[in-house]
Amino acid sequence: MADFLMPSLGADMEHGKIVEWLVKPGDYVRRGDLVAVVDTDKTVMDVESFQEGVVAELLVDPGATVPIGTPLARITPTPAETGTGTGTGAPVPPPAPVPSSAAGAPPARAAAAPTAAVQTAAVQTAPGDAPPIAPPLRHLAHRLGVDPARIHGTGKGGAITRADVEHAVAARPSAGRVRSSPRARRLAAELGVELASVSGTGPEGAVTVADVQLAAGSRTPAAVPVAGGPGEGVPEAGTAGTAPPPEGQATEAPQAGKTAEARERVASLRRAVGALMSRSKKTIPHYYLSTTLDLRAAVEWMQSVNAQRPVASRLVPSALLLKAAALAAKDVQEVNGFYDDGGFRPSASVHLGVAVALRQGGIVAPAIHDADTLAVDVLMEQLRDLVSRARAGRLQRAEMADPTITVTNLGDLGVESVFGVIYPPQVAMLGLGRVMEQPWAQNGMLGIRPAVIATLSADHRVSDGLRGGRYLTRIDELLQKPEEL
Amino acid sequence: MKEDEARAAVQAAIGKVAPDVDLAEVDEDSRLRQDLELDSLDFLRLVETIDTATGVDIPERDYPDVATVKGLIGYLAAHG
Repeated sequence: MADFLMPSLGADMEHGKIVEWLVKPGDYVRRGDLVAVVDTDKTVMDVESFQEGVVAELLVDPGATVPIGTPLARITPTPAETGTGTGTGAPVPPPAPVPSSAAGAPPARAAAAPTAAVQTAAVQTAPGDAPPIAPPLRHLAHRLGVDPARIHGTGKGGAITRADVEHAVAARPSAGRVRSSPRARRLAAELGVELASVSGTGPEGAVTVADVQLAAGSRTPAAVPVAGGPGEGVPEAGTAGTAPPPEGQATEAPQAGKTAEARERVASLRRAVGALMSRSKKTIPHYYLSTTLDLRAAVEWMQSVNAQRPVASRLVPSALLLKAAALAAKDVQEVNGFYDDGGFRPSASVHLGVAVALRQGGIVAPAIHDADTLAVDVLMEQLRDLVSRARAGRLQRAEMADPTITVTNLGDLGVESVFGVIYPPQVAMLGLGRVMEQPWAQNGMLGIRPAVIATLSADHRVSDGLRGGRYLTRIDELLQKPEEL
Repeated sequence: MKEDEARAAVQAAIGKVAPDVDLAEVDEDSRLRQDLELDSLDFLRLVETIDTATGVDIPERDYPDVATVKGLIGYLAAHG
């Protein structure tokens, strides 16, 4: 018997709130399957299981806030751990949270197209029991916006296979996808409003917060939330004797509560950032370096590449800068890793944290994993995906937990340079300013070049200016051969 | 494309990329980056959204022409 504990989703996290369970008792989960949606002070994240087995009991109800380390669910290991899962008749692909193209596995994300659907689906409440479906596939179905209860299972015992999910997605009328803002989706989930039943008044018929409120208001008060969505008419089948997952909303006073909640969210985010940054400034002896990166080669190369591309696959300078930053961190290990009780632990991988400003205020810094190994195009794709998910509150645990060095690219919106505060337990923060044209003297000649000021805030317990300077210089060197990045 | 259509397309695209921007309060002289706080990724999405909706592809070399709301509307009116 193993407990699934509230994980630590970042150095500054003390407690988390279960927003939604993605599994229910009786479900078979593998390591890496997404099991719950957790809200921290900073953001909402999908959390995966660290164990393999059958979910015996959920110990914490949705809506409850508990300290890290609190047991959330009990998972019973199964004797033969492969192939015996409830209705796992299908080739459930190995570890990793929902691998394959469409859904959220960080390393192998495919094109941007599914993103909207991913976000739409994830907040909806879990449907009632239906044909047997393994949690990763159910989650995939959720993310793609199809109701597992409506999928025809072709696997063993009527189990739903990955192919079935993909067919259902392909067969779905395109109108079935509900456009909505993330806030509207969240509110809809909280109020138990079925998003598909709300008529949207936003751009291209998108469902807005106001639409959801209207829909919620027009419902008869006694009516139980339209639980389970479109699939509710389907009689319970399969998955022996499991209770439907708790419908997670002990309704916090809707309407008025909403803006207060938004305000509280920003305030708690500010507190979390404040606490972490105080700790950083108190405990890490920072030193700061600055240098100007010559971007002529990089920008010229990027422009020539972009000129031949449709807008969907164009690059921005950040993608090149991030790739160079990641490669350089691989070379200069004193900036890449963690400082904790045991001293400095350099990291063999480069998980590049990217500070993302949230539009409503505050900042999160999720990681692009193994950024040094990604082709620039892939990195660009992941950057776009990461930023949009960060702003929609759909980050995954691993992305928040393990950046090895963070880049803040604040300068994009105007300033020339930014001196960051190191994000503990990391040991360095790279700051990138705005790309701008500058007078540039070289070989006795004056010219004009695009350039960017790069700064390094680094931990003096781990490195000195010489090594830190080497890191910045290395970035500059790499950017002179953009085609090799 | 008529200017009205261009304006509607621009407003729809901004509404999509930055839903929190109050379009009623957007001055046409507003700069997309600095005033509406679109970062480079947001801006790219805006260009992409407009391309999808209107078929007008704005190449990167023309980005300086579409730095403001007004510039973007004018560009679409001229090229759409």
